[in-house]
Amino acid sequence: MTVFKKLLATTATGLAGLLLATVVQAADISGAGSSFIYPVFSKWGAAYKEKTGVALNYQSIGSGGGIKQVEAGTVTFGASDKPLSDDELAKNGMIQFPMVMGGIVPMYNIDGVNPGELVLDGQTLVHIFDGTITSWNDPAIAALNKGLKLPAQAIVVVHRSDGSGTTFNFTDYLSKISPEWKDKIGADTAVEWPVGLGAKGSEGVANTVKQTAGAIGYNEYAYIVQNKLGFAKLVNAAGKVVTPSLDTFGSAASNADWAGAKNFHVVITNQPGDASWPIAASTWVIIHTDASKDPDAYKGALTFFDWIYKNGKQDAAALDYVAIPDNVSKLVESSWSAVKAGDQPAFTAMQ
Amino acid sequence: MKTSDASDDIAADGPAVPGPEAVADRSPRRHQARTKFGDRLFILLSRGSASLVVVVLGGVLVTLALGALPAFREFGPAFVWADRWSPAKDIFSAAAPIYGTLVTSAIAMVIAVPLSFGIAIFLTELCPAPLRRPIGVAIELLAGIPSIIYGLWGFFVLAPLMQSFVQPALIGTLGNLPGIGLLFRGAPYGVGMLTAGVVLAIMALPFITAVTRDVFATVPAMLRESAYGVGMTTWEVVRYIVIPYCRIGLVGGIMLGLGRALGETMAVTFVIGNSHRIAASLMAPATTISASIANEFTEATTPLYTASLIALGLILSAITFIVLGLAKWMIQRSKLH
Repeated sequence: MTVFKKLLATTATGLAGLLLATVVQAADISGAGSSFIYPVFSKWGAAYKEKTGVALNYQSIGSGGGIKQVEAGTVTFGASDKPLSDDELAKNGMIQFPMVMGGIVPMYNIDGVNPGELVLDGQTLVHIFDGTITSWNDPAIAALNKGLKLPAQAIVVVHRSDGSGTTFNFTDYLSKISPEWKDKIGADTAVEWPVGLGAKGSEGVANTVKQTAGAIGYNEYAYIVQNKLGFAKLVNAAGKVVTPSLDTFGSAASNADWAGAKNFHVVITNQPGDASWPIAASTWVIIHTDASKDPDAYKGALTFFDWIYKNGKQDAAALDYVAIPDNVSKLVESSWSAVKAGDQPAFTAMQ
Repeated sequence: MKTSDASDDIAADGPAVPGPEAVADRSPRRHQARTKFGDRLFILLSRGSASLVVVVLGGVLVTLALGALPAFREFGPAFVWADRWSPAKDIFSAAAPIYGTLVTSAIAMVIAVPLSFGIAIFLTELCPAPLRRPIGVAIELLAGIPSIIYGLWGFFVLAPLMQSFVQPALIGTLGNLPGIGLLFRGAPYGVGMLTAGVVLAIMALPFITAVTRDVFATVPAMLRESAYGVGMTTWEVVRYIVIPYCRIGLVGGIMLGLGRALGETMAVTFVIGNSHRIAASLMAPATTISASIANEFTEATTPLYTASLIALGLILSAITFIVLGLAKWMIQRSKLH
């Protein structure tokens, strides 16, 4: 009998725990998408949970996957490094707005060349990635790196094998530099690479470059800093050699004309300015405007984003991401009035 | 333990020790009725299980075909042999992944089949008895290693070795030959079709070896001993007695290994280089059908992209069926002879 009672008690506790867990989960903010934004999202999420008790459940499955999931309605918001077109947004009844900006950096593994020593410009980068330049001691690279001893090593190009917003921004930059690249290959989350190896995910690219002698790839700056990998300096649109850093990413971001763009559709590669890093990138959050399915979830998500705009700048800077400037976040928050459950706006800004 | 359980069962259910209830059932008619019901239930269950296999297989094929339809409608049959994969321009075709799948599997077979036969011959004909079990167990353990582990090993250990030693050596020697040299030219990337083929060979090896060893063991001792008795060498016994006797089983073993190589995904994704191109050089990066699907499915943003990946899956199923069909046909033919 006592055994039975004990069993009953345990089951009851278990059930209660389960119920409680479901209740907590219902209040969670659910999102999926870009791996570019994942490091800073998890930092913001942890800080926000400490403050409010509301947790963020973000799956870093890639921009394309995030778009698919938010379209299907399995998550409240998606995050993408490639902005959706006006048509795509209108078709699904969604809006997008920028969450954070950062930099994409070429990384390399060349015998005898230390991190930060190599300088490349757009044209050379195009020719490395289209297979015209095949050796590290090519005259075009040597001309940019006087005094640097470059080995006669074959270049191994490494790109993403899965679709990726990082690839979109990188190929967008190459397309802006070279009309030929734009015509033949184009800019997208996955393209028809003329040469090189494909590796899955940001970590895959980082590891493959690390493993392969003579390799060059591209990655989010955070991965390069964490893995202590060789990164290149670039010649920007103003003809100046710039080092990847929070300052140069910020300079590129400050040139972005968010106010003048419909649906915040601005790609910030190859921006003007002496200090601008040429391959800067942004991540957009995508959300449905019809919040009637679960008004609380939408309210929770938008409140979280509002908190990020107001309190998330330092966390972003600590990870070398550039926060969205205040004037832009005001524009973003006014665009949220479109998110409604019935007639009721899902979010009303607290003064 | 097992044997005692079994004997208990027999004691409980068998007619030898009838329990008190069993006495009532002794009347032949009731007994018959009961067995009839049991038989019918048994037939129903086993027939159900068997038809479930057919239903599942049919369901999978229909789903694949329906999912692939938009791709075939857009690109036509040329989808199978055209050679472009451009997600940016929404143009897809299957030749590069098919080529990669077939070439890597072929490399794997070229390496694994002779090795497996050698191991099996050693184990059954030459190996001293105390070594037989440890080597056999080691090979079976090799089969139990998850494919992701092979992938990691291939990527972190094998690929750098290939890049710094094996591939430069091949390029420097075989690469200079006319004709066959085309297979061994280009830059040493480390990863590529050759590396993927080597990893696949190691993965297929235990399957082929296990089957081969078992069928070699089925050769009657009398045949073997008679052959030795008339003065044949070990090689002659293997060549003229053992292998001809086991032909069918050997084909089966090879096909089992080939099946594993064709469908392998994770290990290949690590070391194939994941690039949709057809290159003559075996050292060039390429892609296989399963690697493409695994890499790109989550990010297939347009409906046509998804459909093309599903179409790749359909083609892989077709290739596997053709391989299995060929195996069956070969077995049938060698039975007739």
